[in-house]
Amino acid sequence: MGAYFNDIFSGLWSLCIGLSITFREFFKPVVTVPYPYKTIKMCKRYRGHIELIENEEGKPKCISCGMCQRACPSGCISLASKSVAYEVEVKGEMKTKKKKVLTKYNLDFTTCSLCGLCVTSCNFDAITFSQEYNLVSTRKEDFHFDLLNRLQERNS
Amino acid sequence: MSGPIQIQPDETFILNIGPQHPATHGVLRIKMEMDGEYIVKAETVLGYIHRMHELMGENRTYPQVLPNLSRLDYLGAMGYTHCHVLAIERAAGIEVPERAEYIRVITVELNRIASHLFWFGAFVMDLGGFTPLMYAIQDREYILDALEGITGSRLTYCYHSFGGVANDIDDDFIKATRAIIPMMRKSLKKYEALVTGNIIFRKRLEGIGPISAEMCRKYGATGAVARGSGIDFDVRKNEPYSVYSDFDFDVPVYHECDSLARYMVRMDEMEQSLRIIEQGLDKLPDGPIMPAKKPKLIKPPVGDYYQAVETARGSFGIRLVSDGTKNAYRFKLRSPTYSNMSLFDEACEGMLLMDALAMLGSLDLVIPEIDR
Repeated sequence: MGAYFNDIFSGLWSLCIGLSITFREFFKPVVTVPYPYKTIKMCKRYRGHIELIENEEGKPKCISCGMCQRACPSGCISLASKSVAYEVEVKGEMKTKKKKVLTKYNLDFTTCSLCGLCVTSCNFDAITFSQEYNLVSTRKEDFHFDLLNRLQERNS
Repeated sequence: MSGPIQIQPDETFILNIGPQHPATHGVLRIKMEMDGEYIVKAETVLGYIHRMHELMGENRTYPQVLPNLSRLDYLGAMGYTHCHVLAIERAAGIEVPERAEYIRVITVELNRIASHLFWFGAFVMDLGGFTPLMYAIQDREYILDALEGITGSRLTYCYHSFGGVANDIDDDFIKATRAIIPMMRKSLKKYEALVTGNIIFRKRLEGIGPISAEMCRKYGATGAVARGSGIDFDVRKNEPYSVYSDFDFDVPVYHECDSLARYMVRMDEMEQSLRIIEQGLDKLPDGPIMPAKKPKLIKPPVGDYYQAVETARGSFGIRLVSDGTKNAYRFKLRSPTYSNMSLFDEACEGMLLMDALAMLGSLDLVIPEIDR
């Protein structure tokens, strides 16, 4: 009989302890952010979609070697280039050489898994992660990014 | 016109739980033959989110499979990528710098705590208590923020890479992790008072959902399920990999075999993980995070390799058969929750429905990992 009442009182006491803990939470500072009105800044290494990096002349650093395209597990990068002839001075003589210039760099963000293999595979530090996370749309095409276009828009 | 259907008193009926049900934490379907409130027979139906990860592992190159591994278990993803890089490093004979191994262990243990915290919240919510979930998620948020600072992602990490880790940890991470340790210890005391001592919680779990050690061996159950049944097995202690042999930690084992024992194992494991992180930060050596010489193209020699790790849910293993090319010939994933879940059919026979759901919660199932 004593054990029976003991059980009831210890059980009730355990509920009181729980209630006192939840009651104390009322006086703790608020930790959440009211999202659309207040946003937090992403950390430096945040992995958004990839972005091209420009060189000093404002042109993309990318030499269109296609390493990122090959490294990508889901094949979401597609790029194209054309060769352009240019003249350089070698030992006092003018010579024409050819180099590849990036003409198209498309990213299909719908299949990207943000693994970062493209960024680590790039030997020229030509791509990086953006800080963008406010991406929402009802159309699939809105996530097909033309990164070359984005770079030019950023510069202008 | 016929009248209402008369159910005979001795008749059983089929109850279908899932594929979308909050208590199953994913798309798991359970077909239960019920006699009133009691379960006569249960059958788990799988395959709703099968994504052919094993086949993808055979069609892609080794680095390309790495993001797949963290999609298996989205709550404790770090342990799974750890297993993959360890398996490939063992096969291809890549040396790993000591600092990288320490960083790996610290991140894996942080992730283990985050995973257990989420399980704790969801488990108590299965039993009808909503408040602890909020507290658990708040604590987990600090851990995810710390991990986000170095990895750039919050759940599906791709941080470990062959030969080391993707980038070095900074002072911010070390400061945040040092702050997490005392905060978590305080929180664990809070959870003990709020949940573990709660009379309603104890009455729901004590002596309910027995899983014997025999049954664990029969189905190959590992992790907290086996340790709650008195089997002292932890891959970190029994077959030490990485730098776990340098750390001083205990493996909590309970012999009660009930749902509460499995709960207690996980709560104690969080404390042990905190100890490992503390020691790891103290011992963290200086040096590079990537080996100086690393093969550009990873082609393990012909052979059969197996690597097991202890993830948050149990023993996870990768069996890799290499034919010397850049793709694997066979890529078999041994997932812990698959084995842990398969004993549910036998264990829940003759149990009350609500007790069976409490037991299902105590198994800590993550469905994408079962249907990999």
